Parts: sequence; structure tokens; C-alpha cells
Amino acid sequence: MKPFVLNVALAAIAMSCASSTASGAGWEPVRPVEFIVPAGTGGGADQMARTIQGIVTKHNLMKQPLVVINKAGGAGGEGFLDVKTSSGNPHKIIITLSNLFTTPLATGIPFNWKDLTPVAMLALDEFVLWVNAEKPYATVKDYVEAAKKAPAGSFKMGGTGSKQEDQIITVGIEKAIEAKFTYIPYKGGGEVAVQLVGNHVDSTVNNPIEAVAQWRGGKLRPLCVFDAQPMAYDEPIADGKAWKDIPTCKSQGLAMEYLMLRGIFMSPKATKDQIEYYVELFKKVRATPEWQDFMKNGAFNTTFLTGADYAKWVEAEEKRHEGLMKDAGFLASGN
Amino acid sequence: MEELANLFHGFAVALQPYNIMLMIIGITLGVIIGVLPGLGGANGVAILLPLTFSMPPTSAIIMLSCIYWGALFGGAITSILFNIPGEPWSVATTFDGYPMAQQGKPGEALTAAFTSSFVGALFAVIMITLVAPLVAGFALRFGPAEKFAVYFLAFCSFVGLSKEPPFKTIAAMMMGFALAAVGLDSITGQLRLTFGVTELLNGFDFLIAVIGLFGIGEILLTMEEGLAFRGGNATINLRVVLQTWRELPAYWMTSLRSCLIGCWMGVTPAGATPASFMSYGIAKRLSRRGNNFGKGEIEGVIAPETAAHAAGTSALLPMLSLGVPGSPTAAVLLGGLLIWGLQPGPMLFVEQKEFVWGLIASMYLGNLAGLIVVLTCVPIFAAILRVPFGIIAPLILVLCAIGAYSVHNSTFDVMLMLVFGVLGYLLKKCNYPLAPLVLAIVLGDKAEEAFRQSLLGSQGSLNVFFSNGLVSTIMVLGLIALFWSAIQEGYSRLRTSMA
Repeated sequence: MKPFVLNVALAAIAMSCASSTASGAGWEPVRPVEFIVPAGTGGGADQMARTIQGIVTKHNLMKQPLVVINKAGGAGGEGFLDVKTSSGNPHKIIITLSNLFTTPLATGIPFNWKDLTPVAMLALDEFVLWVNAEKPYATVKDYVEAAKKAPAGSFKMGGTGSKQEDQIITVGIEKAIEAKFTYIPYKGGGEVAVQLVGNHVDSTVNNPIEAVAQWRGGKLRPLCVFDAQPMAYDEPIADGKAWKDIPTCKSQGLAMEYLMLRGIFMSPKATKDQIEYYVELFKKVRATPEWQDFMKNGAFNTTFLTGADYAKWVEAEEKRHEGLMKDAGFLASGN
Repeated sequence: MEELANLFHGFAVALQPYNIMLMIIGITLGVIIGVLPGLGGANGVAILLPLTFSMPPTSAIIMLSCIYWGALFGGAITSILFNIPGEPWSVATTFDGYPMAQQGKPGEALTAAFTSSFVGALFAVIMITLVAPLVAGFALRFGPAEKFAVYFLAFCSFVGLSKEPPFKTIAAMMMGFALAAVGLDSITGQLRLTFGVTELLNGFDFLIAVIGLFGIGEILLTMEEGLAFRGGNATINLRVVLQTWRELPAYWMTSLRSCLIGCWMGVTPAGATPASFMSYGIAKRLSRRGNNFGKGEIEGVIAPETAAHAAGTSALLPMLSLGVPGSPTAAVLLGGLLIWGLQPGPMLFVEQKEFVWGLIASMYLGNLAGLIVVLTCVPIFAAILRVPFGIIAPLILVLCAIGAYSVHNSTFDVMLMLVFGVLGYLLKKCNYPLAPLVLAIVLGDKAEEAFRQSLLGSQGSLNVFFSNGLVSTIMVLGLIALFWSAIQEGYSRLRTSMA
């Protein structure tokens, strides 16, 4: 969605103000690199991409400008197809979220992650079960009881998008506790959190960064995190509780785990040198204090994977999504 | 009165020379961004966001919000001069602004637009200063049903007033709904009406439709009418500003009403676009000169511009206090706040006083600076109309093409724009009104989404639209607006039969 020419011009001005750094042999970009975001402006992936762009500019990590471009159409399908058709163009990278799997499965657009070249996993985004702080349920057990007691379909779960991560988790919870929710899709995570504050839905599975402000303001209460272990951050956020103090859902008898990929891919047919360049770049980005602050604010899981490990992780995750979406009946006909 | 002390402290922050410099740079960039169709405020802010990471957060938000004000001002310029709305909320400004320019009164129209924008923004900032916490809570009461009611009201306040035959209005509106339905259905996650064409994944972007329908369509019409631009005899000196100012106080009622509509829409947050349409529709209905609307009535410029700017400004309130952006630009600013390590939400006003009040103070100063910048440029903008059509038309065409391309960086969109241009020409020739079509493209999918979210929540019961005082009131207002002319007619018949 970004006007490319102006973008490049501005970034070029910014770059020309800075002295260039010497770097070793190997491949380097010779023109501006497009950083595709398969989601709209202001969302989680967009924030991460723009933070990276800011870090790269501020610390002078690239000689060529990095230009963020949003291609959100068709639940991100527009962005994925754009990179897929740029075969052999090393000046195009894309940041992915779970729609890497869910969009092709749900809509049937001709795309699979294997069409792209995996570069690196930057982080994993956590999901937390939130309820309104006015509600009586203080633990997962109370919540499950309330959900089971309510007439089928009258318990409302709000989430971002349709047949994407939030709804997949909702179906997982339904299965785990044998209750029936009504899932209401909204456009963005911030909106979902506010709908919960306004009591228009009964619970949400917002990412930490989307709901933390309402938690600190005493409006929302986290019940559990959909991860295998509690989050790592022990700085108190609200009522003396830290991210670390939120129990895992599994330990509370709600057997569902889900983490969302925040990873980087590049165009098909990239050479080893080119992949290596971007891996090194993101290693440098991860070492900056700005990145670490960003991770802390969003309570991210900071797992970093590259190469074969990364590809293996993505492959396993694709299988899992296929299974989850098939069970939920979310697959497009013909898939 | 703690707020006032905070505000003065904020002024001290905003009035530092460095921040004043950023303010003026921001306004100028914003006006340029607003003038270029397609390159909206959201895009402009997003591009410049990374450059501000090395600034202190308060300075950064001052500059970025000034870009936002600048874009709000700038959007009106092309709407009035060339009938090409640079921003979605400027569409309603074209209805009377462009006819005024054609009658040789571009200076008056621009002055009225800029001044009303300023009044709307000022009103909204004062509201933010005085009653921020109170109003922020109001936004929480808006669930899907309430949102749908607001869109319903926006449509209804517009439907009843068209002079064209009602069936043509309905046909145009339905065409808009059909176009809005193309792309991903956000409720089911399925693709609709794309027929396997990947370019259509995104649906028809409003901006491309508008640039084509209005901009290209207008050029085609002008060519047919003999290649003459009818604004050529425009007076171009600064006196026109003062003359227009003398007229404006007479329309205080319209301004006040538009301010209220704008603030309401900005806070809820439905945004500036429904605010401008609703305000125009209601002004037309309530004005004594309502029949002249659409033929170059100055009130028809004041109403949408005031409301759009009031909404655009008050949209920052839910962003700061709740973390919900009231507009696309606010969404990008929100991302910026997070990157600077500021957490929007209920605690921001408590923990980051200097930032919040510095921003509010910059809203006062930024809008004032913006008004001065754009008003001094009125003669220059107006003089553009003196350029012969043969020179200006290709330039507009190029500008339109760049605008359409820059929405998604796609050449397909440029072709689409030309198709919409031909469509716009044909519709105008057949006397189909374009406004309902555009309204349906802009608000159609949002209204549909809110409607279906409500029904999901109520498990299919329509009672949800009358389930509490707030939503019922808005729905009833909508129904009254829809049947207004019928009610009026019935009333006058009743009176004649009684007499």
C-alpha cells in the first residue's frame, strides 16, 4: 500500500545522511529491498516490520534502504502471491504470520510456503485467554464451568479475522472443554480487546501486546497462556502480577497450545549467499536494545531459528494447521 | 483545573523551537500528501514513521500528527478544484465545492473549507481537553449493533434527499454495495465474486473507484463540453479570504451541528467519512436553501468539512485512551506509540502526562499553523484553474494514474481507474447520482460486517437492533431520516385538509 517512489526517496535521504559501514564479502543488495507485510497497517506484523525498518535505519545496518509495503488483500494472499511471482528477485522479503498456512487452506489461492525461501524465525507470538475484570471467573476452572453452563452458542468469543489463528484456538477450546461458543470476527486485535472491555463479547484470545494496556488499566484479566511453559518476563504489569505469573492453559486443565510464527521468507530461487546476508542482518537486528524492548513490551517468545531447523518447524506447523483446520471444517472446497 | 495547568505545560513543550519547526514541516508535508489522491494521510504517516524513531516521542508525535492535520486540510483542495477527492472524507466536499469553483468562486470555496476544517478541529480539541475521560468511556458502549445503527443512520440521512428519481438512487447504491462485496468476506473468510482473478483479492478499493468516477469522468465530460474549464475567471488575491470570512458567521448553526456530528463519529469510532456524509445530508435537509445544495452552496462545503475535521481530530481520543484507532491514520500512529514504548490505554493519561498534553497542545498549535499555511496559499491554488484545460487535463490524468497506482503499487488498478472513469461518464450522462454509489462502496462492507457481527452475537434475532436505549435511538433517528420526505408530505397534507 506504500507509494514506492516516495518511500524510496525518503529512505534514500535518510541513508545518505549516514556513513556507510564496511562489511565482509558475499552478496549484498544493490537496490532498495521491499519488505512485504501481508496484513494491514497498524497490526502486529506491520508493527514488527516497521520496528525492524526503524532499527535498520537508526543503526545503519544496510547500505540500501529497506522499504515496508503492505499487501493485505485476500487475508494476505496478495502479499504471498506477489513474492511467489518474484522468483529470483533477492530484493524482496516478506514477514509472515499464521496466515502463511491459514489463507491458502481457507481460500484455496494457489500458494504454499514451499513456494518461498525460508530465511529466519524472528519470534513467536503468544496467545492469552482474557476475560473482563468485572466477571466473576478468576481461574480457568471458573471460566470453563461458566462456559459449559451457558446455553449452547450464547457464550461469545471475539477474535481477529475468520478461519485464522483466533478462531482455530476457539475451536480448540471448544473441543477441549466440550462447550459451544459463538465466534465473532473483528478486523483488528485492538478492537477485539475493547469489545471485551465493553462486555460485547465474553472472552478473547488476544496477543499480549493487544491487551496489555487494558490489563494494566484494570479492565481485563488474563486467565492462562496457550504455550507449553509460562512466558519469561517477570516485571510486574498489574496488581503485582507479571507475564510470568500467568499459568499455562494446559496446567489449568485446558489442553490447547498455540503460538504464532513471526518469521521472514524471501522470493523463490534465492542463493545461499543471499539467504546468509538476510540471516546476518536479522541477527544484528535482534542484538539491538530497541528490538529487546519490543520483545519485552509484547511478551514475545524469542525463539530464533534459521536454515533447516526453521524449514522443519514450518513444515510441522503446516501439518498441524491442516489437521486443526480440517477438524474445524475450515478448508476451502477443492483442498 | 489540573487539566488547564497540564495544558499550559503542554504548550511549553510544543512551543520549543525544535517542535515548532517539526510542526511546520509536518503541516507542509501533510498538505502535499493530502493533495495527491491515493497517497492518503495513513500512507504518509506510515512512510515517515521510521524516520522519527530517533526523535523524542513527544516531538515525533507532534510531527506525525501535524502531517495528519495537513492531509486533512489538503484533501479538500483537489476536491474543490478538480472534483477529485484526495481522501475518502472529502467526497462530500465535492458536491458543492466543485460547482462553486466552476462558477468562478474557488477562493471562496477553499477559504470556507479550510476555515470550517479549523473550526471543527478546534471544537474537537476543546472537547478532548475538557471531557476526555468522560467521552472515552462512551466509546465502550459501541458494540457491533450500535455501529451498524450508526452506518444505517449515515445511509438513511443520505437516501431521502436525492433529487434524482428514487429508483436511480437505489440502483446506484446497489451497484456500490455489489462492488463493496468483492474480495474477502471477513465474516466467513471466503473469497467472494473474484472469479479466480488474483488482482481482485483486495476487492475494489474505494480510492480507485473515486479517482476514476469523479476525476476521469469529469475530464471526459469537460472534453465533450468543448475543452473549457469554467473556473478561469477566478479572482486571485487574499481579499477573497476576508470577504468569505465575513459571510461565514451566518452559518454558525450548521457549523455547530457538524462539530457535534463529527465529534460523535470520531469518538465512537466510526470515522470521518460517515461523519462528512451524514453532516452534509442533515445540513441539506435542515437548511433553508437546501434545494440549492449540489449547485454550489457554501453551506454544502462547510458542513462536511467541519464534521470531517472534528471527527478526524476526536478520533485520536479513543486511540489514546482505549488503544482503538478511530481512523486508518490513527492506526498507524498507534503503531508508532507502541514502538516508542508508550502504551496507549487507560493508563497513558496518568503515566505519560507530558506526552499526552504536549500532543493536545500541538493539536491547537498545529491546526492554527495549518490554517495560516493553507489560507496564504489560497490564491495560488485558485490560480491553478487559470491554466488552460489542454495543459491541466493531462497533468490531472497523470496525477490520477500515480494516485491509483500508489494505492497498492499495482498497474491493474490504473486500468481499473480508467474503467471506472468510463462508468462515471456513462452514469452522469444517464443522470444516475454518483454519491450514493460512492457512499455504498465506502461504508457498504463496514455496514455489512457490523450487521453480521450483531446477528452472530444475537443468534439471528433482529431484536438486537432495539435491545437498548442507545441503539434504538440511533435506529429510530435513521428511520425518521429515511421517511423524512414522506413524513413532511403527510404533515402538509394533513394541514391542508384541516384548513
